[in-house]
Amino acid sequence: MLARVIEAAGISTVIVTPMPYFAEALGVSRAVGVGFPFGHPLGHAGDRDEQMKVIGDALRVLREAAGPGTVEHLAYEWPDFERWKTEWQPAEPSPIVALLRERLRAQAEARRSNKP
Amino acid sequence: MPIDSFRWLPGAIAAYYRGLPLQKVEPIPWAPLAKPIEECRFALVTTAGLYMKDRDPSFDLDGERRNPFWGDPTYRVIPRDATQEQIGVAHLHINAADLLADMNVALPLNRFLELEAAGKIGSLAASHYSFMGFQMDNSAWQKRYAPEVAARMREEGVDAALLTPV
Repeated sequence: MLARVIEAAGISTVIVTPMPYFAEALGVSRAVGVGFPFGHPLGHAGDRDEQMKVIGDALRVLREAAGPGTVEHLAYEWPDFERWKTEWQPAEPSPIVALLRERLRAQAEARRSNKP
Repeated sequence: MPIDSFRWLPGAIAAYYRGLPLQKVEPIPWAPLAKPIEECRFALVTTAGLYMKDRDPSFDLDGERRNPFWGDPTYRVIPRDATQEQIGVAHLHINAADLLADMNVALPLNRFLELEAAGKIGSLAASHYSFMGFQMDNSAWQKRYAPEVAARMREEGVDAALLTPV
């Protein structure tokens, strides 16, 4: 929704997002989706070529989008999924994740102790 | 092959996000590009929790620890000549290691300076912006901080913005 406010002020926007699902559901002016782990919208650290390619696609969509609601899924691969499925996460769970996990754990415990 | 937006999330968290009721708000704003890209001034916006260590406070992570449903809604300005060494990362939901090694993965200042030098864009604006993306309530962004950023962009003659949420 940052993009909406900026676009409404007359500045053309394009979003590079790891979650194009939300771009499509909420409605954005222009976006490209990337299958990259959180924290890495433009690619790997130190990979100038990859970053430039993703930026190039974003600029292409900025230039060519016919109208609002343009969301293009880019085809870039991110190798080693099993490692990165946890690697993008912080060392400590975030406060909300810790809280939600505790609640789920407490609910599961309550269900177990209610069993005959 | 469409991207699975949830594949990086552990099961229960993915289920939470999939279950959120979402409403498309119409009309979607639309500002057609008024000039060729080669003449556009660009600003960059990320939600990676970046800030200039030598001049600005960090984002309020202790506040979030005290109230896990709250996230610091403020933003930090990052100048076009910021160096990697000047950049700090304050975000409780991501591993910051790659951002600290190479800010360009979320705020591509060096990439855009290269595009400017090569004449592929008109120019890179003086100011760029980092928010911190954990916001369960984005009304402060909507009512105060995003309009401030948009106004500053207009003052700086920005034509287009690249947004890189993390």
